[in-house]
Amino acid sequence: MIYRETGQFKTSYAADQQIFPIRQDRIGIAILLAFAFVVVPLTAGNYWFNAILIPFLIFSLAALGLNILTGYAGQLSLGSAAFMAVGAYAAYNFQVRIEGMPVLLSFILAGLTAAGVGILFGLPSLRIKGFYLAVATLAAQFFIVWCLTKFPYLSNYSASGVISVPNVEILGYTFDTPQSRYLLVLSIVSLMALLAKNMVRSSTGRAWMAVRDMDVAAEVIGIRLMRTKLLAFAISSFYCGVAGALYAFCYLGSVEPDGFSLDLSFKILFMIIVGGVGSILGSFLGAAFILLVPIFLDIVLPWLSELLHLPVDSATVSHMQLMVFGELIMFFLIVEPHGLARLWQIGKEKLRLWPFPH
Amino acid sequence: MIKRFKQLTLATSVAVACFAGALPAAQAAEEQFFMIPSYRVGPYGANGQSFYGGFIDYLTYVNMKGGIDGVQITWEECETEYNNAKGVECYERLKSKAQKAPGPIHTMSTGISYALVDKSAADKLPLAMMGYGLTSAVDGSVFPWAFPLVTTYQMQASAIIKFLKDKEKGSLEGKKIVYLYHDSAYGKEPILALEAESRLNKFTLVQIPVAHPGNEQGAQWQRIRQEKPDYVILWGWGVMNMTALNTAQKMGYPRERMIGSWWAGSEEDVIPAGDAAKGYMSATWNVAGKGVPLIADIEKTVYGAGKGNLKDTSKIGTILYNRGVSAAVLSVEAIRTAQAKFGKGKAMGPEQVRWGLENLNLTEARLKQLGATGLLPEVKTSCNNHEGSGKVKIQQWDGTKWVPLTDWIEGNKALIHPLFMADAQKYAKEKGITPRDCSKEK
Amino acid sequence: MQFFLEVLIGGLLSGVMYSLVALGFVLIFKASGVFNFAQGAMVFFAALSLVGCMEKGAPLWLAFILAFGIMTLLGIATEKFVLRKMVNQPPISLFMATIGLAFFIEGLAPLLWGNAVRRLDIGLVDEPIPWILEHWNMVISKFDLVAAGLALALVAVLALFFQYTRVGRALRAVADDHQAALSIGIPLQHIWALVWAVAGFVALVAGMLWGARNGVQFALTFTALKALPVLILGGFTSVPGAIVGGLIIGGTEKLAEIYIPPVMSGIFGGNFGGIEGWFPYVMALLFLLVRPEGLFGEKHIDRV
Repeated sequence: MIYRETGQFKTSYAADQQIFPIRQDRIGIAILLAFAFVVVPLTAGNYWFNAILIPFLIFSLAALGLNILTGYAGQLSLGSAAFMAVGAYAAYNFQVRIEGMPVLLSFILAGLTAAGVGILFGLPSLRIKGFYLAVATLAAQFFIVWCLTKFPYLSNYSASGVISVPNVEILGYTFDTPQSRYLLVLSIVSLMALLAKNMVRSSTGRAWMAVRDMDVAAEVIGIRLMRTKLLAFAISSFYCGVAGALYAFCYLGSVEPDGFSLDLSFKILFMIIVGGVGSILGSFLGAAFILLVPIFLDIVLPWLSELLHLPVDSATVSHMQLMVFGELIMFFLIVEPHGLARLWQIGKEKLRLWPFPH
Repeated sequence: MIKRFKQLTLATSVAVACFAGALPAAQAAEEQFFMIPSYRVGPYGANGQSFYGGFIDYLTYVNMKGGIDGVQITWEECETEYNNAKGVECYERLKSKAQKAPGPIHTMSTGISYALVDKSAADKLPLAMMGYGLTSAVDGSVFPWAFPLVTTYQMQASAIIKFLKDKEKGSLEGKKIVYLYHDSAYGKEPILALEAESRLNKFTLVQIPVAHPGNEQGAQWQRIRQEKPDYVILWGWGVMNMTALNTAQKMGYPRERMIGSWWAGSEEDVIPAGDAAKGYMSATWNVAGKGVPLIADIEKTVYGAGKGNLKDTSKIGTILYNRGVSAAVLSVEAIRTAQAKFGKGKAMGPEQVRWGLENLNLTEARLKQLGATGLLPEVKTSCNNHEGSGKVKIQQWDGTKWVPLTDWIEGNKALIHPLFMADAQKYAKEKGITPRDCSKEK
Repeated sequence: MQFFLEVLIGGLLSGVMYSLVALGFVLIFKASGVFNFAQGAMVFFAALSLVGCMEKGAPLWLAFILAFGIMTLLGIATEKFVLRKMVNQPPISLFMATIGLAFFIEGLAPLLWGNAVRRLDIGLVDEPIPWILEHWNMVISKFDLVAAGLALALVAVLALFFQYTRVGRALRAVADDHQAALSIGIPLQHIWALVWAVAGFVALVAGMLWGARNGVQFALTFTALKALPVLILGGFTSVPGAIVGGLIIGGTEKLAEIYIPPVMSGIFGGNFGGIEGWFPYVMALLFLLVRPEGLFGEKHIDRV
């Protein structure tokens, strides 16, 4: 009843091709954006900005990048954290070494640097497939982090290899409050998400999906495999690179190469699998799940044990958290192997018919 | 399913909102709140377990003895898993609670403390980094809120060199020392200091990095076997330490010529290596064992009342447990120092606690009063010197326990401290910080 | 030359230790097409169970049997509660489920046995063999030799098991095609539970040896990282491939760590050690470019 497309007729190609062809979707997105841009900054506290919303957006962006590569182009990668590292360090170097470099431009250049590195490590994908490729991308993960540790030039000769980024300043305005940083990240992420949404339904996106479903068949119908795969690597790394730059500049403020470890790569992979492989929305849902559930457990479990007067020490609570987290992942996969985005999809289908399902 | 999922998210948000809302209200009048971003799971969980066990036990102990001049200590733990991002989340979650009357924050992780240096300075919360973290914070004029208390990696490296020099009857000239280190910020920090020492004392320094996690060191030790160094300085963390000891045994390198940093010198590092660890030495800034009256008293008072934090009581008196106690002693003493100036029996605000940390004077006499004689060195901090001591002991593993070999050894301050100052100045320039004038502080 | 040989032999022996962990991956992948991310966690859990039982007073052999029992239970539970419910799901979902499993085990193991770092004494000392040291001035460790022997024996047994027993044939049939195997009456569930139990057994052997070497602690889960390049080099589905891959990786990795960093320092200046983290992966990658299915992997022919 609420979500029904009956009666929405398209009379021109342009109308038929818009990103959100259904009116309810348009309204929903508009409300969501308005909420994120207006209501959230006015109401949320510092904790929400610094510890939840900003990392959530940044990780969503990284997950989006990986989703383009894995979900749309079908190339499994375990090196996303390394591309984030490239982005973070590149942005830092552009900022520190070039006087008067605009921050946004350095973010874009950081993304492009990451894209270049991504193409380089994407080359093996022309020959290697599946889990072999996944493990091969680990080479990128370890090699890049090692390079950042080993070449002192890249960390501006810091003795420990840790870089502390300068403040973000755009057109004389310094982004030093959590709200302003949140808005900056939100703008970049919404813009890039919109771009991605558009990209995956363009001819490029369709070529990716063809390659994902069967690359030999895709080649037969005239898709240039090399170009398509490398483009996916480049764009995916661009997204990860920008996410990395934001991670350093708007979230942590100081990063070390070891922070971009394999764990982080896996975390990003979890996000897209839990959220939904091959779904823009899924990247956001997955990031929220992987980020928020541990925090939620960390708050709720000690509270529960206190409430029930269980004689549980803090170590046990920490171990329980890990177990419950693992269980939740398995539970969601059993219930819906295609991720949270699929759940949302099913929900929409149901709403379309509600309240008269037959 | 959708419904269930929605309920779940709703419950999540409601619960989170409740907690976020409840934060400031929980603060009672005369209470000092410690945020404890601890870790008890993950690769270093065993280390965190002992350290934070000791830390919390001492806080409980102080409370049982009537608090800090009547001010009760409260605290809340948050699991960081030794992960930077999670550490930041913990900090952000607990900071509003700590803003009124904080205790120093101990993360026991170089990565997390790096991420918190700027944040804690902006939020005006004192950050303690005892034997880890950003060492150039020794310069309090640039880092008013960060305290690498007791001693730093560089001073430790210098003290180790001093010890070796004494052992070699006053000269290291022509000797060869291998520096085997964890290839991370932790392992890289002392390199500049060691290089300076090698120029000064004319010994050859061979640097051999070990990639994380360091559970396989065949090649590194083969190289050491080939180099035939006089000493090996081991700068490892977690599994890297026992692997180094075992591989040294495999390669026939004498353990008596290996000397570790204080993160490579706990029971957790040597017990798994078994006999391979016998004779191995390490630096430490606190002694092990229950011989210290304070530790014995904590066991009696706290565990006797069933309020102990550790399930596994065999950890009491281990190096890391005692280190946790030492960290807590210093934190509480800093608050006492602040109280002496700003009013006894009152909860201290952030600025006051910071002042207490900066004007800490933990003398031998005071340590004796606390029953902590010999547990840790004397500490006297100032605006110029947030380190306050720079002294370590060298201890040796005899197969069952750590035996202190020396008295407190101080590193070469004249050589090392200028390195900190130069680094701090560079940091101030990059970040646009105007250093305080320390002569105006009192 | 002698130094070169010493490094090479040391590397080959370490390589066998990597193979041990890789074997567990291969077994499960071969039988169920699941890339079992939890293998590292299983190594940790197995070793911890072994030490836990020994601390309760059991002798090594009894503790070994008990730990094997625990691993079997874990295997059966995994099959019953996770895999059975995910039959016919895409491999990536199954992969993800094993990651959930890894978290679960990493929480469960210390919860059951405590998270202290333990020593595991299996009566073998990691010392150089004096005779070789005297006559050849080479360091060859007793421990490594025994470990290598054990690993080779294990591989031989597994290879025979797969090749010649009824269950082994069933396993291979299941690996080929779940549904076809089901339709000819192979009990899929039993086979899967069985293969997880066998993987648990391999994890136990690996955990025992690695634990005796480096102590029983959380870091045992990292052994999986050493096994992955072995896996791609040898092929995901080949038991002998795991051994050969391990030997290649172990040998080259050690040689590279000794000989490459000085060259790089010569070019760029500075210290370039610690390449062991990435070198095996890059080597495996280069190797894959020549042979995309690994050394002994099954050649995959795409049909449109």
